[in-house]
Amino acid sequence: MSVDSVFVHKMWNDVELSKMVSGGIPFAMLSDAAGRVGSLYDVYDIDAGVETRGRFIIDPDGIIQGYEVLTPPVGRNVMESLRQIQAFQLVRQSKGTEATPSGWKPGKPTLKPGPDLVGRVWEHWKTSMAFD
Amino acid sequence: MPEEMKVGCARPMGGPVGEQQAEEQPETGGETGQETRREERAMVKVGRKAPDFVAPAYHKGKFVTVKLSEYFGKWIVLCFYPGDFTFV
Repeated sequence: MSVDSVFVHKMWNDVELSKMVSGGIPFAMLSDAAGRVGSLYDVYDIDAGVETRGRFIIDPDGIIQGYEVLTPPVGRNVMESLRQIQAFQLVRQSKGTEATPSGWKPGKPTLKPGPDLVGRVWEHWKTSMAFD
Repeated sequence: MPEEMKVGCARPMGGPVGEQQAEEQPETGGETGQETRREERAMVKVGRKAPDFVAPAYHKGKFVTVKLSEYFGKWIVLCFYPGDFTFV
């Protein structure tokens, strides 16, 4: 979503993005001409008249599980967004019985919070796991 | 699913849907008004419901109207960015 019109979205897709993504952009390119939605999500820069780089992860119940907002010159990390969604999906599937520690990615062990884990996380999670 | 819209010369507009629309109304001023605004600004938080909105969109060759809540039931990634034809 940006402040550009749907007509500019079409041209950007047809002229440039379709050369990067075969078949063009598969998802909806939303237009927020006056920044009203961006203001609602607190990512609209009223001085510059543009949206900042906000990214919201919303679960199937419509609940915001996470967000990130960057200033314009730095791009997002798509793999990190996917990792976060995978983590939220795992937690949701476990109905909250599992949690994903720092550095978690699919295939790595989760934590099962409960009385037995208090003070014993060190036995299950090593600092190196945040970096591998 | 998104509805296809008729395209005219007027630029199609979207905006907030539901309770948030109250924010669009002019402030009555005074302490009470400011407090109300602060509460509404606090809508976007982790663990809270994503504010609903409608927005015109371009999707696979068509101009459509997208309503966020129509996608509830799936995982949604909502991305904002500064502008088309910019560089990042």
